[in-house]
Amino acid sequence: MSDPILELSGVHTDIAQYHILQGVDLVVPRGGVTMLLGRNGVGKTTTLRTIIGHWQAKSGSLRFDGADITSLPTPARARAGIGFVPEDMGIFSDLTVEENMILAAASGPLDPARLDWIFAAFPPLRTFWRSEAGNLSGGQKQMLSIARAMAEERQLYLIDEPTKGLAPAIISTMAGALRDLKKKGASILLVEQNFSVAKALGDTAAVMDDGRIVWAGQMAELAGDAALQERLMGLTMEAH
Amino acid sequence: MLTNLISDDRPRSLILTGLLLGILFCLALAPFLFPGVRSLETAARICIFIVLVASYDLLLGYSGIVSFAHTMFFGLGAYGVALASVHMGRGYDALIVGTVSGAVASALLALLIGLFSLRVRAIFFAMITLAVASAVAVLVSQLSGLTGGEDGLNYSIPRELTPAFKLGSLFGVSITGKLLNYYLVFFASLALFLLLLRIVNSPFGRVLQAIRENDFRAEAIGYRVVFYRTLATCLSAAVAAIAGSLFAIWLRYVGPDTTLSFEIMLDILLMVVIGGMGTMYGAVIGATIFVLAQNYLQNLMGVASGATEGLPLIPQLLDPDRWLLWLGVLFILSVYFFPTGIVGRLRSED
Repeated sequence: MSDPILELSGVHTDIAQYHILQGVDLVVPRGGVTMLLGRNGVGKTTTLRTIIGHWQAKSGSLRFDGADITSLPTPARARAGIGFVPEDMGIFSDLTVEENMILAAASGPLDPARLDWIFAAFPPLRTFWRSEAGNLSGGQKQMLSIARAMAEERQLYLIDEPTKGLAPAIISTMAGALRDLKKKGASILLVEQNFSVAKALGDTAAVMDDGRIVWAGQMAELAGDAALQERLMGLTMEAH
Repeated sequence: MLTNLISDDRPRSLILTGLLLGILFCLALAPFLFPGVRSLETAARICIFIVLVASYDLLLGYSGIVSFAHTMFFGLGAYGVALASVHMGRGYDALIVGTVSGAVASALLALLIGLFSLRVRAIFFAMITLAVASAVAVLVSQLSGLTGGEDGLNYSIPRELTPAFKLGSLFGVSITGKLLNYYLVFFASLALFLLLLRIVNSPFGRVLQAIRENDFRAEAIGYRVVFYRTLATCLSAAVAAIAGSLFAIWLRYVGPDTTLSFEIMLDILLMVVIGGMGTMYGAVIGATIFVLAQNYLQNLMGVASGATEGLPLIPQLLDPDRWLLWLGVLFILSVYFFPTGIVGRLRSED
């Protein structure tokens, strides 16, 4: 196996008085999609936010592309090559789609070829290019949120529940875009509650419970073992 | 060319466009359209407050930063010109040195405050600016040997900018140094306003708006929020200081009440809210309405009180001495009917 793109060792994170991450050990391989699964409230979002630096790890270490990023501030982690798509989308509603995209390319002007690729993945963004982002529908906002992460080449994408609350047609657009991103060789750490999407996209998987990783392996292995799913997550993918 | 001048930031409302052009026209030709000392005084005040309010909107409306130190920067600029004129004597060099040193001192002080407090929560920044502004106001009052204390400072400016300088007359209006002084204020204010318009419509301005909406998201893209906020604070402070310098050149007097008082800070806040936060054009509308009301509401009420003399209660209610009460009522109504400010409302209707 090649060097992992991201490695978390014994990461503990507190949010106010709550001890949320209780020793997370996670390895994200270079290239491909790693699914981060688990029931609600087990620490998946906190793990992503700790990786991007929104929450600072109280102890443990984070290594990205071979370098220790544990004490780096969020902007430095972003500039090092980590893209983040939060669960709440975090688009800038008062700005236009165009301005959102221009801002997302923090290191220079938008690459036209990359923009064409994004438009091919999310056609509504071309249509509403000059519209205020706050006026987009929920699905279009999610498209913009992911498109913003794709505006620049990143080594690792952290994506938090991109299909949450979306119509099936838009979910399939999202899955298509993530598959495209994967084909381009990107590494993706994806939190997803939609198991059919997880099964279709995931190469590897890690399951969390009580602020720890309780299982890690190949996605196909987890998808094919209903008993394992039941034991780890309290339900099976087919039942979902 | 015109769209380039306004950085492609169109008013996006026909009524607003008309209002802005009307204000520009009236201010540009104020000495000829409204001859008289008082009207010229009002027009100059409007020009200066447009810049002051617009520079505050760069902070509050575009960056989401609440500061109570804006009058302090305005005062630093004004005292810069006053002190330079007192110590260097009458001359353009004193005006330039005073303006530049006031702007630089303000930017440095803003940098210091920003570096210490913009990392913490917004409320702490607001409290720190309030404390520093109060301390500076007290210091200016106490250091009477340097600042003239509560009496302030009178000083001379180049003769070409004073009423004593006469050039003849044009369209029946005598061309004096005061008129030249007005046009110095007018064109400098116009240039500063266009500069602010350029700043908020630049990539830097977009990042500020992004930070205002979601600072964590802006950081996650790679923008250093503290750096951008601090830079916005410094720019805003420097522009406020230059507005203060223009005020000092216009008045030929500075004192704590005219440049440093907390009342001016409240006026600025009201002008931003009335005009509309997060839009530079809101500063134009807010400052114009507010300064006009401050200067002419009392007269208007005198006329209204006289016209309703025979009626019960109304003449007493409209007594010119109660103008502040009605000013307050006007503001409550404007905030109630225009929660997004006049500009926000006009834009949403088009």
